Amino acid sequence: MKRKLTLITAGLILLGCANTGPAKGPEEDRNALLKHYQQTFPDIKFENYIYGALAMNPDAKAQYDEIMSFPPYSIDLDKGQKMWGTPFKNGKTFTSCFPNGGKNVAGNYPYFDNAANRVVTFENAINACLKTNGEEELEYAGKEMGLLTAYARSLSDGMKVNVKVEGSGALAAYEKGKKYYETRNGQLNFSCKSCHVQSAGKYIRSDQLSMMIGQASHWPEFRGGTDIVTLQGRFKQCEKNVRAKPKAANSEEYNNMEYYITYMSNGLPMQTPVFRK
Amino acid sequence: MRIKTTIVFSLVASLGLASLGFAADGDEPADGRSLAFDRKKGNCLACHAIPSERKAESPGNIGPPLVNMKERYPDRDKLRARIWDETKINPDSVMPPFGRNKILTEEEIDLVTDYIQGL
Ligand code: HEC
Ligand code: HEC
Repeated sequence: MKRKLTLITAGLILLGCANTGPAKGPEEDRNALLKHYQQTFPDIKFENYIYGALAMNPDAKAQYDEIMSFPPYSIDLDKGQKMWGTPFKNGKTFTSCFPNGGKNVAGNYPYFDNAANRVVTFENAINACLKTNGEEELEYAGKEMGLLTAYARSLSDGMKVNVKVEGSGALAAYEKGKKYYETRNGQLNFSCKSCHVQSAGKYIRSDQLSMMIGQASHWPEFRGGTDIVTLQGRFKQCEKNVRAKPKAANSEEYNNMEYYITYMSNGLPMQTPVFRK
Repeated sequence: MRIKTTIVFSLVASLGLASLGFAADGDEPADGRSLAFDRKKGNCLACHAIPSERKAESPGNIGPPLVNMKERYPDRDKLRARIWDETKINPDSVMPPFGRNKILTEEEIDLVTDYIQGL
């Protein structure tokens, strides 16, 4: 006991001298955030975090289940499937660019590419595939990218989110993403954290605020049933709502933030696309 | 998004009416109450219930209900300071700094303060 106390005291003194907090990494961040949500929502199971605000409201979840059993977006999803299956001019298809024909791969994105020294999103991989095959790239957060990835990611349904932060470049990108997430912005002075961490579960007018863990595992979504929105498209919507100037889709800021928040959803099952109001 | 569209539509609709020369019933000059309710101004209902107001529908609950204000804030300046910039009192607060960030003008903050103090 005594010895432990001495050690702790010595540790504290050392830390005090270095004038920094205890060493922290992504996994410590994730555990701390998880603990915060477990305290806020003692009755919500971890695997249900993917339902966001719906997990907090059984009536809304029941309505959601009903909608999902006969989704209003099935025709749009068919369009995405057709895009995925249509051969390029050179005869190849998207499946040539991904291992396993594109099945159970989306949960590995975003990843940090050490050679290029940047975060690579699933959308980046799609565009790289188009470029390699001499095709025109798609607009980030555009409707076509949304429809295509709605189908392409559905090939990874059930896969657990599996984002890795390894090496100093990756860690720097993660930290930048985290910083953007936590920095207050816009005339109304909110950070993403103000709403989805500090105020998770509370109502802003009649909208209940989802927890950030679980937010990244189900994109794109069909809002209102038919309006396709990519994850970075949703970043833009939230920023506009707080009168901040949104960044561009595929900007370094948004890619790093996507990396950070997707890491936080590690271990949760993917499901794409989903309905949201 | 939906809500915004509705607001834009109703704004357009009321502008239309005004240009035709019909002042809609209940059109009032800017007062503390309407500034507090207006989604483009104070939008206090986004976060606070105002239980004494029948028309304060579907409020949020990020902040505490605004009740017994006169009793709790006999000092008007203290109340005004919170509305002007709550983060000076609590740096972690999510309440927007209406004065510091010029979300409301100084006059508008005076009107809102008087209205809130009367609750
Ligand atoms: C003023 C409050 C507020 C702020 C600030 C805010 N959001 Fe949101 N956000 C919402 C609301 C309300 C919703 C819709 C209800 C929900 O799912 O939480 C939402 C939804 C989302 C969703 C979709 C969740 C889902 O499963 O459909 C994501 C992702 C998201 N926000 C990310 C962000 C990010 C990233 C930021 C910062 C750039 C941010 N939000 C800032 C209020 C906010
Ligand atoms: C985005 C959320 C949000 C909005 C919008 C908001 N507030 Fe607040 N307000 C809070 C929170 C949270 C608190 C709790 C104290 C804190 O965070 O420091 C608070 C506290 C207060 C208090 C002190 C309450 C008490 O019981 O002592 C007053 C007064 C107040 N707000 C007035 C207003 C007025 C007036 C408006 C609109 C012009 C407004 N608020 C808009 C979140 C908000």
